[in-house]
Amino acid sequence: MSAAIDWAPDDWRRDVYEALKRVEVRQVAYVPDAGHASLIAACRADPEIQATVLTTEEEAAGVLAGADLGGQRGALLMQSSGVGNCINAFTLLQNCGFPFLTLITMRGEWAEFNPWQVPMGRATPASLDLADFLQYRVERPEDAGPVVEAAARTAFDCDRAAAVLLTQRLIGAKVF
Amino acid sequence: MAGGSLPRRHVMAGVLAERPDDLLVITGLGTPTYDVAACGDSERNFYLWGAMGSALPLGLGLALARPDNRVLVVTGDGELLMALGALATVGVRRPENLSLLVLDNEAYGETGGQDSHTAAQIDLCAVALGCRWLRAETFAEEAALEGLRGFLLDRPGPALAVAKIGRGEEPRVLPSRDGHELRSRFRRALRGEDGLSE
Repeated sequence: MSAAIDWAPDDWRRDVYEALKRVEVRQVAYVPDAGHASLIAACRADPEIQATVLTTEEEAAGVLAGADLGGQRGALLMQSSGVGNCINAFTLLQNCGFPFLTLITMRGEWAEFNPWQVPMGRATPASLDLADFLQYRVERPEDAGPVVEAAARTAFDCDRAAAVLLTQRLIGAKVF
Repeated sequence: MAGGSLPRRHVMAGVLAERPDDLLVITGLGTPTYDVAACGDSERNFYLWGAMGSALPLGLGLALARPDNRVLVVTGDGELLMALGALATVGVRRPENLSLLVLDNEAYGETGGQDSHTAAQIDLCAVALGCRWLRAETFAEEAALEGLRGFLLDRPGPALAVAKIGRGEEPRVLPSRDGHELRSRFRRALRGEDGLSE
């Protein structure tokens, strides 16, 4: 089941990857992000997953809606700053009932060093709420796989938008 | 005033006349939606009524999911300009079954006819070719239209055709605005093709 990458022994992203495989995600759209790096590498190495790198997160609403029209499930990997780029594009999901799964690495909330990350990090849950997303927070590594799988099942079985917020405490604060 | 002279409905009819069964069409919001609907509604059309800038990304996701179908995105210059980065995103993936027709009147027709960037000679074909699209061509003359359908539907993509249309308005032909219904019927049509049940 695991893709041909070398996972670090305690990398919880492996559990996330295996959850995505269990729910049959076939398209992964992403904007590069350090917190998602090993997951992105695993998706890119997986011949059953089409990984599409975006120029901006809002493209994902269209890409994953198109995947759904074609009968495939998808997921968007992004950082919390990307949520702010998506608001109008997310209306596509609400207006048509597209299922949507996004995994969001959080910034600006736990030992953040860069003040410029704080406003959008703080605005992320409210923005997702305005766009009518179900939200799930992951604080502990052992929860990552089960929470992603639960969010995915709700998204795809109930035609809802679901976001998993991978907290900065989980990921580890970025240090320069 | 700058701009083209091709009649938009005539351009559209030339592409969609006797359309192949495997063709899937995505439209950008505004007049391109009415132009495609005017050629006849189909459950294999998905019309956008909002989310400006989403037409090409949607076509990309669909083309990747359905490699055996030709996917044609029909949109306007303003709608594509809002998502110019998507040309680069397509250029990374390069799906052979994706084509894009831009009905370019060099103006924002729905909002009062203000000039768009293409009125200032911003060249969408040059952008697409710079983004590694396989083919991109401007169609400005009536005589060239004969080749437009084949350019979009019969040869490998990703392919961009920019049709320089006039700014005149046509009677509005409004398809369904019920997004849930548009999604459901599109998926149902493709499921039938695969022989899958609900």
